[in-house]
Amino acid sequence: MLQPGAIIAVSFAYLGVLFAIAYYADRRADRGRSLIANPTVYALSLAVYCTTWTFYGSVGRAAATGIGFLPIYLGPTLMLALGWVLLHKLVRVAKENRVTSIADFIASRYGKSPLLAGLVTVIAVVGVVPYIALQLKAVSNSFSILSHYPDIVMPANAATVPVWQDSALYVAALLAAFTILFGTRHLDATERHEGMVAAIAFESVVKLLAFLAAGLFVTYGVHEGFSDIFSRAEQAPQLARLLVASDSAAGYGSWSALTFLSMLSVLLLPRQFQIAVVENVNPAHVRRAVWLFPLYLFLINIFVLPIAIAGMLRFPAGVDADSFVLTLPMAHGQEALALLVFIGGLSAATGMVIVETIALSTMVCNDLVMPLLLRWRSLRLAERRDLSGLLLGIRRWAIAAILLLGYIYFRAAGEAYALVGIGLISFAAVAQFAPALIGGLYWRGGTREGALAGLLAGFALWAYTLLLPSFAKSGWLPPEFGQGLFGMDLLRPQQLFGLAGLDEISHCMFWSLLANVGAYLGFSLRRAPDAREARQMRLFVDASQRYHGLGEWRGGARVADLLPLAARWLGPERAREAFERYAASRGIASIEELPADTGLVHFAESLLAGAIGSASAHAMVASVMQEEPLSLDEVMSILDEASQLRTHSRELEEKSRQLEKASAELREANQRLRELDRMKDDFISTVTHELRTPLTSIRAFSEMLHDDPRLELAERERFLGIIVGETERLSRLINQILDLAKLESGRAELDHVEVDLGDVARESLASFTQVFRDQGIIVELEAPAQPLVVLADRDRLIQVLLNLLSNAAKFVPAGSGRVWLQVARAGGQAGIAVTDNGPGIRPDERESIFEKFRQGGRDVMTDKPQGTGLGLPISRQIIEHFGGRLWAESAPGGGARFKFMLPLPDAR
Amino acid sequence: MHHSSLTAQRLAALFLLGCVLFNYPLLALFNRNGELFGIPLLYVFIFGGWLLLIALMAIVAEGRED
Repeated sequence: MLQPGAIIAVSFAYLGVLFAIAYYADRRADRGRSLIANPTVYALSLAVYCTTWTFYGSVGRAAATGIGFLPIYLGPTLMLALGWVLLHKLVRVAKENRVTSIADFIASRYGKSPLLAGLVTVIAVVGVVPYIALQLKAVSNSFSILSHYPDIVMPANAATVPVWQDSALYVAALLAAFTILFGTRHLDATERHEGMVAAIAFESVVKLLAFLAAGLFVTYGVHEGFSDIFSRAEQAPQLARLLVASDSAAGYGSWSALTFLSMLSVLLLPRQFQIAVVENVNPAHVRRAVWLFPLYLFLINIFVLPIAIAGMLRFPAGVDADSFVLTLPMAHGQEALALLVFIGGLSAATGMVIVETIALSTMVCNDLVMPLLLRWRSLRLAERRDLSGLLLGIRRWAIAAILLLGYIYFRAAGEAYALVGIGLISFAAVAQFAPALIGGLYWRGGTREGALAGLLAGFALWAYTLLLPSFAKSGWLPPEFGQGLFGMDLLRPQQLFGLAGLDEISHCMFWSLLANVGAYLGFSLRRAPDAREARQMRLFVDASQRYHGLGEWRGGARVADLLPLAARWLGPERAREAFERYAASRGIASIEELPADTGLVHFAESLLAGAIGSASAHAMVASVMQEEPLSLDEVMSILDEASQLRTHSRELEEKSRQLEKASAELREANQRLRELDRMKDDFISTVTHELRTPLTSIRAFSEMLHDDPRLELAERERFLGIIVGETERLSRLINQILDLAKLESGRAELDHVEVDLGDVARESLASFTQVFRDQGIIVELEAPAQPLVVLADRDRLIQVLLNLLSNAAKFVPAGSGRVWLQVARAGGQAGIAVTDNGPGIRPDERESIFEKFRQGGRDVMTDKPQGTGLGLPISRQIIEHFGGRLWAESAPGGGARFKFMLPLPDAR
Repeated sequence: MHHSSLTAQRLAALFLLGCVLFNYPLLALFNRNGELFGIPLLYVFIFGGWLLLIALMAIVAEGRED
């Protein structure tokens, strides 16, 4: 029954069953009735943690160290107690950000850095390769042992067998082919694999049942229960040591280190992250996993020590303890049970390899190969229309390559270690993700440089203290390497800086995590997170607060740009379907009508992130966006600053406008003052001059009278007449100056009584009739019959009119002079015009004649004055005092016309 | 389902309990020859403590939040 052909046939049948389950689950998912949307399935799928390490290796470890195999399972139990807080948050953050892998998660947290994603991918691949080698070794060994049934023959050292005869090579090829068929049948836009998860949950049940069956058979079939086995162990001197742990500080230290290491690994191994976080359907499923997954671990470990003891009792030597689970049933002729155990081991291996390589190939494709290909311009990748085939191709090659690496490591170092020893190397590698990932989930200050530096430092020390020594141990590196680099004692890989007394795992954990955390903190604290890091930080750290701020894209992009972009990576149909679903969710009938807004861009980015990872998706979307991305904070602070600046500038503008206005007013006032000053100077000099003229003549004639007593009487009288005339002129001048000063300062006492302009005209004319008659001037008066009453001072109006009439009399030609006096009303005003037929006034003089001491028609200085030059200014002051106007104009026929108008009282 | 919920605090307390149970010095207390129902003391302690921890976690996680 247990011929190699039969074993292979059963194995293929089992793989076929897995296929059927995956196919069925995918079909169910397509119809919307997910098989894995179930907390129990989620908890079972987490048990992908239990690989052949658990299935075969635990017994081997127990045979060597007794209870020492247990920390690897106690750690996850403790982590699941924290799972409520930590795992729950991881799942929620990953869902909100459409994270596709642990590399994606860490890169996304620190501002979607492609460099960081690539580094995490490299560490994950290098770190996990030994773990895959472990599976190859376990499956090929178990096949080899089983195929020799009924003899129990340990497989030959792989290194001594030619490659083509090495069953591990065929196991690797088979697993690669199976994983490729299984995991990359199509490109899933959501990057979730329903069928795979269902198959993994099934495998978890198979391996648990197989192990329990073997355990029950050994404990109750071969022996008589636990106490029987333990009492036999106590009697055997070489077994009694298994019942107690090594009671030393190093022993407990190593125990704690392994517990801590496995705590981290249950979250950070790429496959654990894939199953627990990426494939999680509903964060609420964590609730059941919190206790069901630890219970699973408990069950699969109960029989480890009994099997180990029973194996050591049955096979004192010559049989590898790692194979006791299989060899004990074989030794007792239990063919069916042996086959079941083999299948259980196969399922533990396939489960691990499938999930691990799918997770790793996704990372390699999204975070390592694609970013490089996209930069490689000569490939003209950006111009290819449909790249979904390329993505699948890369992933398939990545799976094959990872398994090949696993095989190479198996050939190189596999024989030097027991199963568990190999696995722990991988555990220590992925533990390097802890500071960046868990720190990034709770600490706000982490930066890209910090994460990069921490990972690099931790990875380097892990490689130096654990990976390279494993090569040295197997002869791939010269054994002198173990004595320290360049022969320096301080650099001994496994006693770095002289730190001795720790086992190699604790030693590596201490140094690598010290360097990792130190570099992470040190480099992070060098600068504050920039805008993009801060935005991602809020998405990750404050996830529970449902931070739904605006994304970093400003502006939008059109469907016409985004759809072809998505179609290139997802294939046209899938992209179109996704866009249609998005349109429907927004209540828009067709995708062409989708508005080109930020929401659409975010949808497209997260859609792409599901297929090619967030860093690449970011770059892709940026290529069709015209705008530079800007964080909300930046925009807000820019807006803030701008509005403050605007306020300030508005205030400044207002101030400067006020200043300008004030200074203009000041300038105007100053100008007026200077004008007034100048006028005053002019006035004073003119007045002095005008006063001196009569004074001079008075003095001259008085001196002549005084000095010459012999002057004739007639002469004397003539001189005295001149003196009297000049004196009168002087006093008139002084009166007028005083009068003008009073009027100008507003201190003149003027009546406001009803005055008939007709009366004023007649009276003035009457007092002037004699003068006109003497000079032969003909005067005509035109006045309406009705009185034209204004409010004014009667005497002052007469004064004005007399002044105008006397001016007219001065300028009309001798003998043929004519003067017209007209009283009339126009609109709401009434006035009097005095017109003559004299030489008229030049237009440029019409205003200046109203200035003080300016006399029309000749120069003040040269001609003998006929008036004081103050008549017209005084007249104008009087008329303006009553609200009227006095002006000069040309009369028809060339003469001058002076006219004043006063408002009528009822029009006021 | 909230961070600071009572469930989270209870589970965190169980985490601390587990850390104490499965570490030095409590472990050393049971790390001696001796047996209970024919099973070595250390074995009983670890598996018993483990099962108890899982049971408590189940009660806390599946129980109603109050």
